[in-house]
Amino acid sequence: MSRKPKIAFYWCAGCGGCEESVIDMAEELLSVAEKADIVFWPIALDTRFEDVEALNDGDIDATFINGAIRLDEHVRVVQMLRRKSKRIIAHGTCAHLGGIIGLANLFDSRQLLECACRQVPGMDDPSAPLPETDPGDGQEGPTLAALLPEVKPLDRVVAVDAYIPGCPPTPETMAQAITDVIHGRLPEPGMVFAHRTALCRQCPRLDSKPDKIEITRFRRLYETHWDPEVCFLPQGLLCMGPVTRGGCDARCIRANMPCRGCFGPTERMNDFGSGAMALIASMMAGEDEATLARLVNSIADPTGLIYRYSLAASILGQGPGR
Amino acid sequence: MTRRIRIDPVTRLEGHGRIDIRLDEAGNVNRSFFQVPEFKGFEKFCEGRAAEEMPTLTQKICGVCPTAHHIAGVKALDALFAVDPPPAARIIRELMHTAFVFEDHLLHFFYLGGPDILVNGDARKFERNVFGVLQAIGDAVGKRAIQIRKKVRALNALLGGSALYPVCGLPGGVAKPVSRETRTVVSETAAEALAFARDLLPLFHEKGLKNKRFRNMTRSSVFSLLTYYMGLVDEENRINFYDGDLKIVAPDGKTFARFPAEAYLEHLRERVVQGSYMKILYLKALGWKGYREGPENGMYRVGPLARLNAAAGMATPLAQQEYERLYHAVGQKPAHNTLLYHWARLIEVLYAAERMVELAARPELTDPHVRNLPEQAPSSGVGVCEAPRGTLIHHYRTDDRAIVKQLNLVVATQNNAGAIGLSVEKAARALIVKGEVNDTILNMVEMAYRAYDPCLACATH
Repeated sequence: MSRKPKIAFYWCAGCGGCEESVIDMAEELLSVAEKADIVFWPIALDTRFEDVEALNDGDIDATFINGAIRLDEHVRVVQMLRRKSKRIIAHGTCAHLGGIIGLANLFDSRQLLECACRQVPGMDDPSAPLPETDPGDGQEGPTLAALLPEVKPLDRVVAVDAYIPGCPPTPETMAQAITDVIHGRLPEPGMVFAHRTALCRQCPRLDSKPDKIEITRFRRLYETHWDPEVCFLPQGLLCMGPVTRGGCDARCIRANMPCRGCFGPTERMNDFGSGAMALIASMMAGEDEATLARLVNSIADPTGLIYRYSLAASILGQGPGR
Repeated sequence: MTRRIRIDPVTRLEGHGRIDIRLDEAGNVNRSFFQVPEFKGFEKFCEGRAAEEMPTLTQKICGVCPTAHHIAGVKALDALFAVDPPPAARIIRELMHTAFVFEDHLLHFFYLGGPDILVNGDARKFERNVFGVLQAIGDAVGKRAIQIRKKVRALNALLGGSALYPVCGLPGGVAKPVSRETRTVVSETAAEALAFARDLLPLFHEKGLKNKRFRNMTRSSVFSLLTYYMGLVDEENRINFYDGDLKIVAPDGKTFARFPAEAYLEHLRERVVQGSYMKILYLKALGWKGYREGPENGMYRVGPLARLNAAAGMATPLAQQEYERLYHAVGQKPAHNTLLYHWARLIEVLYAAERMVELAARPELTDPHVRNLPEQAPSSGVGVCEAPRGTLIHHYRTDDRAIVKQLNLVVATQNNAGAIGLSVEKAARALIVKGEVNDTILNMVEMAYRAYDPCLACATH
């Protein structure tokens, strides 16, 4: 009898949503557990780091790692998992591109901590010491994982064999990726489990998208109603569909909300933000400087829009330590 | 020679945690630490973002309770822009949120905390999980649980965009109305959820409360904590997940405070603790007096058992019956044993299903008018809801262009942070004696926090 494949799931700086994308496989997860040994998966199984340490190098066929790299501890754990695994698959947008938490790279890590521990209203002592990562010799308190100077996508820390984009990935994509591993079809290096082309291709509103879009003012979601059948862009509402990789089944658009780019850049782009900026610039209707300045100013938060999910993967957003 | 025991990572919960227990020379517990090594910095990096993006941005704090963040966020936007949602939008939001609490509580019972009860207590660690649960309760029931969870999540995808991350919330309403066809799906799913919930309670009594080991634990002082309790209540002091006033009761059950969420800063305080990124919340009027129980300390709890303790009852008939059954069995109210969170959670599952059926039948549900546009310039807004794990508050301050200047999040598990630390220490002290430690004992220590269904990504955000 042939050996059952071994798989593992781990999270770094994630939210648990990628774990849900596995649990949402529902009955299919049961068949995965029959056909493969899940050797590590903290949200569901009682295996510990020491159990993973005890495995031989290369013992795990594929490890799916979600979440971005935020703490020094994440680096140690993913390096260990890299040694133990034949394939490492970046699972979800944070592992792929840094995700929303990559927006933290707009600040240094001390600013982040000072805000949470001293500046938010309701703190009892605004001058209290920040959590110590190393309490020092003779102190009884335990050490605590430290924040790295910046958030990184997984492939900045270990070699990644394949990527599953999406915040969260669809359960169907998860099922496909896991089934491939179980049947010995380990992904080709660099493979991305999603479409090569833009979300617009699968958008239910594609027919209403004009060839040339001219926007005279970018509108904000809170200040306007919009036609639920018509492409967002000619209505002056920014949608990242044209620059975002398809594969999500246009789920936000089906809920009558524009795309925010969680599947990351299409195959032809390497930096989401620059692609998004080019898209925006191409739609601005105006020649003179004053008109263009007014148009630019009508975008509420350009950084949070064009780099919402990918700042940490961008050449611009690698933080103070780059 | 002193000894150190580490449980690393803690398992079957959302997020990163470790338990670090120090034994003295006799092998008894000297100190224990519940550490949360995770931190994202949402409160800082949301500064400068567009306010209307907050419900979809802040929900990425947690993929296990995103709908709660989405709802608290959108309610904070209603307050920020001083705009009320039309009746249909309010129903759609409450329906989504209640359906979410239903399926998320099932996640805990079947995948996370439930294995501690449903799988034999002496089970090896490789059996204490959802797969072990399916063996213990039988494939038929187990698969039905998986199926109903899938259907309810599909319903929320239909209403809000994604089974995981809803996107439909906007200040003054929602982006998409409910069609007549969708109402049919809502009604059918709600009826099926209710049928399942009605069968779930007998299963819990049979496999849980009749199991001598678990029953004894629910009566043991080892797992009991005398604390304050907080939860949202409606005008009649009954539990509501979507709206109401916050009510706090004292360890003896007397009302300690009742206030609208906007007044949270007058009642709650936060402090930093060393060794963890999880801050502790406590009652401002009493102060934080360390990891100690009793009426003098400002330690309080939230989540299912706390909500039941704080409320006068349930707003639906079957849940009310089961509510009475719980307090009859315990013999007092408030109930202080942490393991009763499991029972309380399933009473809420029943309530959520009954409430879904009610909301599905509301005539206004299919009204196409689902959004009012704001007319006022924004400045500050507080939104509240009961997340599955407890009270969740979002507070946004913006400039007049609705760009966020300050964000404050009081997240469910954070309210329980002090109590979780104390629960773990109390269990460790009682169970680890003269240096004798094994997997079963350590799992019982873990049961002391797991019953809360902690969400540590939320708690640290």
